Formats: sequence, C-alpha cells, structure tokens
Amino acid sequence: MMFKPIRFIPDDTTIPFMRFARFGFYISMVLCVVSIGLFFVRGLNYGIDFKGGTLIEIKTQAPANLSDLRKRIGSLGLGDTELQSFGQPNDVLIRIEAQNGGDAAQQAAVDKVKAALPKGIDYRRIEVVGPKVSGELARDGTIAVVVAIIGVLIYVWFRFEWQFAFGAVASLIHDVTLTIGLFSILRISFDLSIIAAILTIVGYSLNDTVVVFDRFRENLRRYKQKPLDEIIDLSLNQTLPRTIMTSLSTMVALLALYIFGGEVIAGFTFAMIWGVVVGTYSSIFIAAPVLIFLGARIGTTTDDGKAEAAKARP
Amino acid sequence: MLHFSKWKAGTILAIVFFGFLLALPNVLSPKVRAYIPPFLPSTPVTLGLDLRGGSYVLLEVDKKDLTDQLARQLIGDIRQTLRENKIRRYSGLGRSADGGVNVRITETADIEKAYTALKTLSRPVSTGFFGSGTQSPEFALTRDGNLIHFAFTEAGLNARIGKAIEQSLVIIGKRINALGTTEPTIQRQGVDRIVVQVPGLQDPDQIKRILGQTAKLEFRLLCNSQPTAANQQPPAECEALPDQKDPKRIYWVQTSSAASVDGADLTDAQPGFDSRTNQPIVNFRFNQNGAVRFGRLTQANVGRPFAIVLDNKVVSAPRINEPILGGSGQISGHFSVQEAKDLAIVLRSGALPAKLNIVEERTVGPSLGSDSIRSGLIACIIGVIGVFVYMLISYALFGIFANIALIANLIMLVGVLSTLQATLTLPGIAGIVLTMGMAVDSNVLVFERIREEVRNGRTPLNAIETGFKTAFATILDANLTTLIAAVVLFGMGSGPIRGFAVTLAIGIITTVFTAYTLTRLIIAWWVQWTRPKMIPL
Repeated sequence: MMFKPIRFIPDDTTIPFMRFARFGFYISMVLCVVSIGLFFVRGLNYGIDFKGGTLIEIKTQAPANLSDLRKRIGSLGLGDTELQSFGQPNDVLIRIEAQNGGDAAQQAAVDKVKAALPKGIDYRRIEVVGPKVSGELARDGTIAVVVAIIGVLIYVWFRFEWQFAFGAVASLIHDVTLTIGLFSILRISFDLSIIAAILTIVGYSLNDTVVVFDRFRENLRRYKQKPLDEIIDLSLNQTLPRTIMTSLSTMVALLALYIFGGEVIAGFTFAMIWGVVVGTYSSIFIAAPVLIFLGARIGTTTDDGKAEAAKARP
Repeated sequence: MLHFSKWKAGTILAIVFFGFLLALPNVLSPKVRAYIPPFLPSTPVTLGLDLRGGSYVLLEVDKKDLTDQLARQLIGDIRQTLRENKIRRYSGLGRSADGGVNVRITETADIEKAYTALKTLSRPVSTGFFGSGTQSPEFALTRDGNLIHFAFTEAGLNARIGKAIEQSLVIIGKRINALGTTEPTIQRQGVDRIVVQVPGLQDPDQIKRILGQTAKLEFRLLCNSQPTAANQQPPAECEALPDQKDPKRIYWVQTSSAASVDGADLTDAQPGFDSRTNQPIVNFRFNQNGAVRFGRLTQANVGRPFAIVLDNKVVSAPRINEPILGGSGQISGHFSVQEAKDLAIVLRSGALPAKLNIVEERTVGPSLGSDSIRSGLIACIIGVIGVFVYMLISYALFGIFANIALIANLIMLVGVLSTLQATLTLPGIAGIVLTMGMAVDSNVLVFERIREEVRNGRTPLNAIETGFKTAFATILDANLTTLIAAVVLFGMGSGPIRGFAVTLAIGIITTVFTAYTLTRLIIAWWVQWTRPKMIPL
C-alpha cells in the first residue's frame, strides 16, 4: 500500500455522551428560548424578498466614494436607504425600502436612483419586489419549512417509531430556531436563499440523525437487556467516525463555496455552514436524549408490539 | 453482494458511460456540437438568468384598470340599450361607490322595461374548470326604487382577467420577439400573472420600457379652449391629459368617440427620421377601416390641432395641415432614436387589453453573470479537490475508489441536468458542491462499517459484503430524507432556488446509484484481482 490512512477519530471511543446530554439539552433549551426572544424582540433583518423594496448592486469605475453616493441617494426622498460596500472597494450594494404608492412607485425609485448616480456605473444587479409578492414569498417560505418538517415527521414515523419521529423533529426545530437566532444577532440579510439554506439544513441534520437512529435501532435489537442510555452512547460512539468524516467533508465543500463562491451566495453558504455545526450537534444532544426521555424500545412502544417484535428480528 | 455477473457489471458501466455521453456536450464548443449526429445527446446545461445575465419580470393585471375599463364599456352599453328602448329620461349614469355602475330611471313607468332590457347586458360567463359548463352572470343587477345597480361579479371579473392574460401573452410575445433576443420565455402564472424571462439583454431597461406600457394609441381632437392655469376644470366633453415628457403641461382633449380614432386599426409602425427636421419619428399605417375613419376625421378638421395620445398621455399635438387620406402618417414627439424604435415595436405588436404592473423584477447584468460563473466554477473545483484530498488522506486506497465514484457521480449529475434541460443557477452550482460534500457520506458509511466488521473479526471478503449490505439501508434512509427537503424546495421555489432544488435532488439520486453500484463494482474487482489478506482501512 502507498500510505496508511490517517484516522482523525480514534476507534472504540467510549465518550459518555448521555452524561453530557442533560447539560447540552439545557443549554440548547436556553439558546432556543433566547433565539425565539430575539426573533420577537429584535426581529430579523429581512431582505427585499420578504419586506419588499429594491436592491441595486453597482460597480463603480474608481473605488466608490460612499459618502458622495449616500448624499446623492439620500436627497431623493425615497425613505429608508442603505448603502454598503462589499467585496472589492468599487462594489456597492444599495437597498431602498418599499415605496408607498404601489408597484409603479417602486419602478420610479429605480429610475430616480439611476438618474442621480454619476455616469459610467455598471448596474450589475437590480431586484425589485413589490409588497404583494413579498408577502406571498414570506408565506410560501414559512409553509415550505413547515411542510418539510411534517414530511420528515411522517417519514421517520413510518421507518422507525413515533419516539424517533419526535426526536428527529425536536432536533430539526432546534436547528431552525438557532439558525434564526443567529441571523437575528448578526443582522445578516434574511431572504429567500436563507429559506433554501434552512430547508437544506433540515435535510442535512436529518441525514445525520437518521444514521444515528439506524445504528441505535440495530443495537436495540442486539442488546435487549442493556439500559437505554448505554445503547445510545454505544451507537453514538460507533457512528462518531462517520459523523465527523461527513461533517468535515461537507464543511470542506462549503468553505470553498463561502470563500470563492462570491457575494451572491455568501449568506446562503454561511447559513449552511452553521447548519452543519448545529445539525451534527443536535443529532447527538437533542435527538438522542429525546429517545431516552420518551423511552424508545423496539416492540414495546407500540400497541401492536408483537408485530413490531417480529419485524425487528434480523 | 460482491459477485457481479458479466452483464450486470456491463449494465452498470453502460449507465455510467451513458451519463458521460450526456455530459459531453458541455465541454464541446458550439461548432463541434453542430457535428453531433442527431441520435446522440447534444444539449449542454441551460444556464439560469443569474449566470448568463438577463431579466426576470413578473407582471400582474391591474385589476382596477380592468374594472375601470369594464365600467366605461358598461356605461356605453347602458346608454345605448336605453336609447334603443326609447327610454330618454334617466340620470346619474356613472360609477357607484362600491366600484359598480348606477343608473336612475326618472319615470317610474319605464323602470320595468329598463330593468328587463338592461338585464340582457349581463352575458353569462363559464366559470367551471376545464369548461365543465358552470355558468354565472357577468354582472349582478339589483333594483332599489328607481335606481338600478350593476355590480361586477367575481366570476365575471376573473373571466375578463383570464381573457386579458391570454391576449397579453400573445402581444408580449410579439413585443419581446421584436427585440431579437434568444430564448425568451413568457408564461402564465396563477390567475392574473405573467412571467417574462429574457436572457442576455445588454440593456435591461428596454424590456421594462416595452412591457411597462399598454400602448393604447389614440388620435383625438383638442378642445377649443385650453387651460390657462394649473388645476382648472376642463369643460364638458373634454378631459385633461398630461404631456408625456412634461407632466405639468396639461392638454384638454375631446372625449366623444366621434372626435377620435383608435390605434387598434394600425397595421404597421416603423421607426424613421423626419425628412425636414431629421428628428426620430415613428411612421404608421392604418388598415382599411382605420384609414377611412382617420381620413374622415382629418378632412373635417383641417387647420385644427389634434393630440396623439399614448396611454392617456399626450405625445404631441400637431395641427392638421391637410386631410390624411392614404391611411399612413407619422408621430413625432422629441423622441430619442431608441424611444422611436421601442414605440414602433409596441405599436406594431398592438395594445395590451389591460394595464400590467411589474410586481417583481430581477435583473442580472452580464458582468455579474460571468463573474458568478467564474466564482461558481472556482468554488466547485476547489471544493471537489478539497474533498478528494480529504478522502485520500482518510482512506488511502479506498479513498481513491471513493474519488473515482465521486467523479463519475459529478459527471452523471451534469449529464442528467443537460438532458432534462434543467436550468443551472448559482445556487444550483452550490447544490452541486454540496452534493459532492455529502456524496462521500455514503462511501464513508460503507467504509466505516467495513472497518468495524473487520475489527469484529470477520474475514476481509465477509467484512466488505456485510459492510455494503448493512450500510445500504442507512444510505437509503439518509438520502431519502434529504430528498424530501429537496422536493419541498422545488415546490415552493422559483428561478435560482428551484435550480438549487433540482441539482440537490438529482445529486441525491446519482449519489445513491454510484454508491450502491459503481463503488461496489470497483471494490469487487479489486478483491478479485488482489485477493487481499487484509483491508487497508
């Protein structure tokens, strides 16, 4: 063989995850409550997708003179406007709040900005979202996340037992809540692509949870007499090398996207990176403890216990 | 598990090869692609608007404008019906507070007759889906003493909106095609919306100029008196219309149909230059009907000024120097060359049946598009290399196996995307990179399981077999759940987000396929050739 593989995680770890689980569970509860509080008190920095308004990305020939640009646009009376440089010094993002007076006023605002800015500017991106459409997008986004979670609930219920479904959904809600909390703290623009990221996080986190569950179910059948928390610890330790491997490889891909993928998808990749971290954490410290809490047992938990037990035999 | 019959191995390789074939057009230049025989795939991936640059515009029928139009029409119809039935004494014919139309019949004796006659105005519209034949009236008529009230019904309005959308689709198609861009798409969305997507425009404002106007053209006589100060009330049978370039300048224009000619009878409009002033103008020609009416109007009013009115704004108000009998004329209005061109396009394509509002617009300039392609590609290459190196370090020989499967996976993903003509967007590229990161998961699951089985004391061959068998259920479960998220995403998303959902979903399918077949086949061959005593994991 050319060279030996390098192990990042030693074999046969016996980390007593469930001893930390109580601790982790409480921390998560606090973080979730804080996130929900932040969402209601501080709110999210909604992008134009959900709030309506205009976004213009420009590239100036020389490094942008932000204060001059701000003065030009500020005098137009378009309400709340926001200028922000990003990437290179000649890249500027202009945000204009939704205008009173319907869709025509929105379009007029873009024309006004264009007339006020100096010549020779490259308009790289213009997005205008009317109030009606933004309301619909917000509604559709919320529905999508809820539908995805319900879909998952049903799938896991069919494939496993109801306790597993609850565990999976608890960890998903945890991930979504913490993601929203983070976006509330950091004031990163929350737009349609973040909803896409949240749904992908749901998929990823679940992927992780299902792998742990699969192993847990297998061990449940093998060690019928062992206490539940020991079986869970065993399962988590057995799957730990895979968990770390996959998280790291996904992280490698995401970091490449975050660093080289450009400004347009930076918010999206940032949310995903966060999602991989919380998704991995939640399968260990949320989904698994919920199983103990609900007392998951193959065959003893459902009414038709005999049928389940028969099915469970390998 | 590790035994592959010859035809089974052949099938797997054939599928992978076929995937390569589907992906091949992407690396060929358009010239070379032209030589591909028709039985072979020749379509590359379709790039989304965010990558090639272009405009996405969502238009919505202006309901208020449409009801106003309907009400105007209805008022005319009511007037005519009452005249036909010789009911001359009525008052208050006009809009009611709730948006409908009112008329008060003066003579109580006439009411019954008027009501019966007016009732025939409400034509039934079919409201059932797929023409199932449910009919409901266009207006609801109610009577309160001498007052007859017309209310527009939901069904009547929706039928009108549907018709307006259908006509608009055709007209917008004509307008956009006149721009000479490639592959525009114009689709109806929902009840009252139209999505227009035009890739690769150099001047995105043009599309808004062209879609934003109804292009209702009228030639109308000016009133004898004109305003002398701001905010004056126009005299009877006149209305105040602003100048197109200078909204503060107001013209009083006659409202009677006898004093106007509609632009609906135009057959052609072309941009040109005035031979004397060299100003850009638009030359137009009427059809037979329009030519006769226009001739009659100009003949009767030589020496008087008339207004050329576009979407209720006065473009210019020239004097009629001589009767225009040939049915052709010109419009001048201090246009720029581009404005004259655009005006000619919209006039040629015909007026939209109702005003369309731009409710959402997303435009990506060509420079950002190409930047996004570049940064997306760089991120993709670096991401894949990163994952490669990581797998190689972690699994050595088996890492190479996984990487071969990963390349095959990537190429097949691109191949399927090309064949399905799915649109590749920037989030879609992110989806590909993410798939690469997550695709190794299936290999990791198998490899870790094999390691475990070896350490549990199984022979190499046995360990590999058990590893694949037990890991596969997990792989399927794990990927199906992500597929649920991808499907939901596809259902809700539009444009770029949908592109992400598509690559994610296809990526999951190709991942499960390569993990279960290709990786297994490669390892089976390796086992056959080397008869390993131990597994290098």
